[in-house]
Amino acid sequence: MTGPLLEVRDLHKEFPHRGRAPGRGAGARRHRARVSAVAGVSFDLARGETLGLVGESGCGKSTLARCILRLLEPTAGSVRFDGVDVLAASPRQLRALRPRLQIVFQDPYGSLDPRMPVWATVAEPLVVAGVPRRQARARAGELLDRVGLEPEHGQRYPHEFSTGQRQRIGVARALAPGPDLIVLDEPVSALDVSVQAGILNLLADLRAERQLSYLFISHDLSVVRHVSDRVAVMYLGRIVEIGDGPAIYERPSHPYTQALLSAVPDPDPGAGPARERIVLAGDVPAPTDPPSGCRFRTRCWQAEERCGAEVPALVDRGSGHPCACHLAAPVGGSTGDGA
Amino acid sequence: MHRETAETACLSWDIALPVLELRDLRVSFPTPAGPARAVRGVDLSLDEGEALGVVGESGCGKSVSMLAALGLLPATAQVTGSVRYRGRELLGAPGRELRQIRGAHVAMVFQDPVTALNPVIRVGRQIAEGLRVHHREVSRRQAWDRAAALLGEVGIAEPDRRARQYPHELSGGMCQRAMIAMAMANEPDVLIADEPTTALDVTIQAQILDLLAALRRDRGMAVVLISHDLGVVASMAERVAVMYAGRVVELGAAGDVLGRPRHPYTRGLLRARPRVSASSRDRLVAIEGRLPSLVSPLAGCAFHPRCELADERCRVEEPELLPVGADAVAGPGDHVTGLAACHHPSPASGRDPHPPASGRDPHSPSAGR
Repeated sequence: MTGPLLEVRDLHKEFPHRGRAPGRGAGARRHRARVSAVAGVSFDLARGETLGLVGESGCGKSTLARCILRLLEPTAGSVRFDGVDVLAASPRQLRALRPRLQIVFQDPYGSLDPRMPVWATVAEPLVVAGVPRRQARARAGELLDRVGLEPEHGQRYPHEFSTGQRQRIGVARALAPGPDLIVLDEPVSALDVSVQAGILNLLADLRAERQLSYLFISHDLSVVRHVSDRVAVMYLGRIVEIGDGPAIYERPSHPYTQALLSAVPDPDPGAGPARERIVLAGDVPAPTDPPSGCRFRTRCWQAEERCGAEVPALVDRGSGHPCACHLAAPVGGSTGDGA
Repeated sequence: MHRETAETACLSWDIALPVLELRDLRVSFPTPAGPARAVRGVDLSLDEGEALGVVGESGCGKSVSMLAALGLLPATAQVTGSVRYRGRELLGAPGRELRQIRGAHVAMVFQDPVTALNPVIRVGRQIAEGLRVHHREVSRRQAWDRAAALLGEVGIAEPDRRARQYPHELSGGMCQRAMIAMAMANEPDVLIADEPTTALDVTIQAQILDLLAALRRDRGMAVVLISHDLGVVASMAERVAVMYAGRVVELGAAGDVLGRPRHPYTRGLLRARPRVSASSRDRLVAIEGRLPSLVSPLAGCAFHPRCELADERCRVEEPELLPVGADAVAGPGDHVTGLAACHHPSPASGRDPHPPASGRDPHSPSAGR
């Protein structure tokens, strides 16, 4: 089949939020505010591709992932996986889809059942799919071996493993049903660098070996650059820029991407010319009351009147890749003039 | 503020001494299996106005050393060695004396600003409290005003309104600014910042690092920056100490340690990390195996089961932190460039004499001892 493996179109997710709308006086009546966590996200993911999704905490990365897997019901929009409309799928259709769409969670402590031996955790998706227990158990042993654990360790419980080993168990569980796409939600954020490298290598090997597609979510720009073919940058519920790795990292055209990249400390004392650091003022605005127009304008040093009036569309503005900024530098232009 | 009034009577400093000096600091905690030796002999010194980075992975003892130095560990912890602030011994000092120094001369900023603040006390009052503890003559009103002013100095907008708020009403970045304001309240000359930006997003991290740099520049304050992030340390520290399994394994100028690492562990840390400035998708080099047990430490070098250079000597004899390379002058001392605790330190020249090995990484650690 041709066409992208995953197509996400204009996805929205709002959560009801009780409380006062921010910015009003103390006398403002309580009303039902809505947190707009994902506000119109569209992207494609090709077969065998790794799309990195970066952004700061609260920008909606994980909510987006959960909506794609229908672990949360999106408010609006569409998600098609291999041509099948995930959001319209019946429970039966969804069960057929689930083995092909898996997820690895950030917290390797919270995402494993402490009272199940790990082989049972890894085998569970197989058992659910109707594989006989004995076979499922043997398969779990093979998977544990593949992710770098001893098959005999299957009898142990999660607390007997280190953080890195637990994350390997999480990967084995996601692999068990034979997925096409794995959503990796901050898979290495809880790990020390030396352990992190082992997990990233494992993920790269598995991808090559099984033609997997990854949606790799992380707040760590270095890790995302290392693993991704293409990168999407999110800010307050929207994708602000998307493109292949070198485009985003070497020719960022959205001011947020530029600021984000300039803020990453690099340990290498001789890493090229000193990068211009852009330090953004203030915090991310509350998603209960996002700014009108461009959501980044309250922290943007270039913002002008138009930015508050008009939502910038995510389109190619001459830089060769889509960018949601009215003032994005055209191709050949320098990257902003700093603060 | 009025520092002299409080201490000149009982304390006098020798300016030539390092502001903070740790000598053979050892910390152990009792466990059912025997004492867990979290810190096994750390020597560090901090000069006036200097920024020292302490890096290492979780469990290497970087936070515990600093908490021990300030007497902030629980009573069950056994701490030996020496910690001197301007020549005055802090370990075993009576509580009264320790309290005069802690908070007033040596302040600390903790990793998680949201949990480090008291959730049921207004932010302004928490800052004012630190002032009034050290300056009884300051009225509540004056302390409160000073607290609000401090919030303004650390870059919080509308400081008067924020001072009246509770920690949950502030963002993570603002809570960390409030923590820094609290630490600054008594104008300390040493600030110990324990992972001050780890809980924060990268754009907020940049703001906090800028703030710390500005405070250091304006007040000539010395800083100990504890972090697992080599990039954060590189952005601020002049000297870097790398810790592993409770000891300092490498110490030197930041550019040397991060640019020409001598110890295999430091090299491993640098190689394991993907770079934001490099597009290479080569395999990363993981440091195989795991930290040795703190309860039954290995014979020899603590890093030997994970080290590609380990030989017989490494398995038997624990290396001392000694000067390495041609530029090393005889005589141990913190200020010689390049100290490493390794029997096989890499030479001073050459960027990375041990390029990453290729091929599939074997997973299991080489069996301990």
